[in-house]
Amino acid sequence: MATTTTTMLRETASSHHEALGQSEAVARKMRRRGRESRFWWLVPTLYIVFLMLPIYWLVNMSFKTNTEILGSFSLWPQNPTLRNYMVIFTDPAWYSGYINSIIYVTLNTIISVGVALPAAYAFSRYKFLGDKHLFFWLLTNRMAPPAVFALPFLQLYSSFGLIDTHIAVALAHCLFNVPLAVWILEGFMSGVPKEIDETAYIDGYSFPRFFVKIFMPLIASGIGVAAFFCFMFSWVELLLARTLTTTEAKPIAATMTRTVSASGLDWGVLAAAGVLTIIPGALVIYFVRNYIAKGFALGRV
Amino acid sequence: MARIELDHIRHAYMANPQSADDYALKEVHHQWSDGGAYALLGPSGCGKTTLLNIISGLLKPSEGQIRFNGTDVTNLSTEERNIAQVFQFPVVYDTMTVFDNLAFPLRNRGLPEADVKKRVTETLEMLDLSDRANKRARGLTADQKQKISLGRGLVRRDVNAILFDEPLTVIDPHLKWVLRSELKKLHRRFGFTMVYVTHDQTEALTFADKVVVMYEGEIVQIGTPDELFRKPAHTFVGYFIGSPGMNIVPIKLDQGRARLGEHVIDMPGATPMPGKMELGIRPEFVTLGREGMPVSISKVEDIGRHRIVRAQLADHDIAVVVPEDGDIPADPRVTFVPEGINLYADSRRVETRG
Amino acid sequence: MEKTYNNKAWFLVLPVLVLVAFSAVIPLMTVVNYSVQDTFGNNVFFWAGTEWFEQVLTSSRFHGALIRSLSFSLVILAIQIPLGIFVALNMPRKGIGVPICLVLMALPLLIPWNVVGTIWQVFGRGDIGLLGYTLRTLGISYNYATDPWHAWITVVVMDVWHWTSLVVLLCYAGLVSIPDAYYQAAKIDGASRWSVFRYIQLPKMNRVLLIAVLLRFMDSFMIYTEPFVVTGGGPGSATNFLSIDLVKMAIGQFDLGPAAAMSIVYFLIILALSWVFYTVMTNYDTANR
Repeated sequence: MATTTTTMLRETASSHHEALGQSEAVARKMRRRGRESRFWWLVPTLYIVFLMLPIYWLVNMSFKTNTEILGSFSLWPQNPTLRNYMVIFTDPAWYSGYINSIIYVTLNTIISVGVALPAAYAFSRYKFLGDKHLFFWLLTNRMAPPAVFALPFLQLYSSFGLIDTHIAVALAHCLFNVPLAVWILEGFMSGVPKEIDETAYIDGYSFPRFFVKIFMPLIASGIGVAAFFCFMFSWVELLLARTLTTTEAKPIAATMTRTVSASGLDWGVLAAAGVLTIIPGALVIYFVRNYIAKGFALGRV
Repeated sequence: MARIELDHIRHAYMANPQSADDYALKEVHHQWSDGGAYALLGPSGCGKTTLLNIISGLLKPSEGQIRFNGTDVTNLSTEERNIAQVFQFPVVYDTMTVFDNLAFPLRNRGLPEADVKKRVTETLEMLDLSDRANKRARGLTADQKQKISLGRGLVRRDVNAILFDEPLTVIDPHLKWVLRSELKKLHRRFGFTMVYVTHDQTEALTFADKVVVMYEGEIVQIGTPDELFRKPAHTFVGYFIGSPGMNIVPIKLDQGRARLGEHVIDMPGATPMPGKMELGIRPEFVTLGREGMPVSISKVEDIGRHRIVRAQLADHDIAVVVPEDGDIPADPRVTFVPEGINLYADSRRVETRG
Repeated sequence: MEKTYNNKAWFLVLPVLVLVAFSAVIPLMTVVNYSVQDTFGNNVFFWAGTEWFEQVLTSSRFHGALIRSLSFSLVILAIQIPLGIFVALNMPRKGIGVPICLVLMALPLLIPWNVVGTIWQVFGRGDIGLLGYTLRTLGISYNYATDPWHAWITVVVMDVWHWTSLVVLLCYAGLVSIPDAYYQAAKIDGASRWSVFRYIQLPKMNRVLLIAVLLRFMDSFMIYTEPFVVTGGGPGSATNFLSIDLVKMAIGQFDLGPAAAMSIVYFLIILALSWVFYTVMTNYDTANR
């Protein structure tokens, strides 16, 4: 050890000399490396432009008349009109589609989060017979292609007389939303120390009272994130929603495709309807913007 | 290795600081010598991390200049300042082996592979990590990881300073001692300028040659552990350092004597002055006996080598250190050892003699 | 966290089990039922054994759809994962730019899938769409309705547009969870931009990346609505992916037996691949603990 020390000291002295010669070059190199690129913003900007262009085009079309859409090509409406939106807001076939969508999406979100809460608690707090298999089996449902289930759902729900009701779609969407909600909530619940449960029990709380009064407020943001994703996946899904409905509970997005195929090509109304289906999603994202990253951060979606 | 000069440094996190209170770091103007081991000590929020970040270059001070060996480095980035830093939580490159972790800073600077190998092997030996050289860094314990963080600085040899930001936070108590003494050994051997941030007085006092005590954004004293003990420059230093801390009692000052309630304490050389006057005396310099000012004892704590007596003197709580075999009289009275008396005006120490 | 062993936890899981049984198990049983029976209508079924499975597994139509779906998923992963990482690396970390980027980037994820199809159907048309019109004006012949390659490119670009943000958001979340000390240490060590990525960011993103790959694989392998709206599986059968083919067979032609057999084979493929991912992921988790 002693010899190492002396050689090292000598080393240090000599490297000090050579460092003096090199330092300028190294410093220059380090300077170049340390600086952040000034054009980093270009990447997100270009990407967002790529995302926004098709949406802009839809919005653009929704304010044009059909003659303008088909007759001349312009980057913005020459004679802006609200006719397309008026068509939608005055025709019950259109706006009831909205109400239907919102009813079954809300129902689904409540059911999914409601049943997922106790289950996620069980997975985050206890070991039990077959827990790991059960968890994977739940996840497989998130992986099941809706196309596989479309026909069986149709038959199952017909036999229960549920076809063309909101609850049918809400239940069908549970197929992929419940596993998702369990997954997200389990992540948030695992982050709450177990001592809190124990303290509450010692303080004489019963399980349901503890769960509602103490535990749920603690994972409020988790519930928000889970609800957001349930809303999102139920809102965008159409294959099942369309298969299980005919008139009474038909979602807005389905109304859109059908009306277009029935009445020829009213591009303006089609675009306006498309724009209107984007708005609820945009509003929801805006309200939960601060939670999105957090929800994703758990790596649980 | 470098001498660090802090020239009228001030820092505020807000854009337009108005009053002195807006500054997270109030004026700092000091020079730290080359090869010194400095500890920045203070409670959380006192500005010690701000000062460290200013030295490391992660933060640019709002005002003032910082120089290494006389060269202005205020506007240089961290890597250009050529310093090493060990963080609160061990930073290791998980996917690399221990050897590659240490070689990383050298390879980044384009050192020939033969030199890299030589230096890394030596550093590993110094840190007692040779047997793990080819293991992944991921599987190591916290103290080993922290040694790697340190090693990445040591391996560079020519660094201007090594900075430590509460590096022992996540280390088990019994290993703290080991790591700290190894650090001290390395410092003696190579003489790096070291700056060590901590809120733990034991850590600061055992590690550093000079302890820099900070309080509310100011450096209140720089001194050796002995100076901090004997002559705390600020009442805060008095009760932050030492266990139990210094007794501070308010007094009225006349020519050459102090009045504490109805008691009179001789203070040769003291003259009346404006402001809030206080007398500070360490519990070690208070003698409990049958003479002096009467006190009423409220509690006696036996902590092994000596006992701490908590008592009331003229309505003020004071602590007295009594030797294990010292007796506690039924009618207890205390006297102050004159050498241990410090005088404070508005919390700052006033020199009374010589 | 240390978990206690308690089989009463099953009661808490019960609601989920009942619900999922109703919405997954019973339908799945129906599918299995169909897959081994034949019918001439009138709800009269008789045993068909493995006939449908043999038919499906040997049919060139199924092979074609399977190969198309697999290649589509691979292309999608090859584009979206690197692109997603790249965008995430260049996202702002703080300031007003963060919520703006997050909201705008998440927008395509919340558009109903058939509307996504409609948007691209319109956008790519030579007469009224911005993209199609621009390409035509530039003298590039482009028509997704007649040219199989153009149809493929359109569907791929559409999916990139629709889903890359998911990868971006996942990676971004992984990136912001890296403590600042890592970047500071790398700076002090003189690491290059590439080294920071290779030795700090990539290892820390590992887990979210696996999830991104898993999700993107599953969802692209199951894709139905968007290409159905844009191309309807055409031209010819160029974009006839598994889901599209399945729905055509089951609901269009009402070939229940083959459709059911195909559903099961399809589901088993996804299950097998997902199981591989899941095992890799959980092994990775325990290795890191």
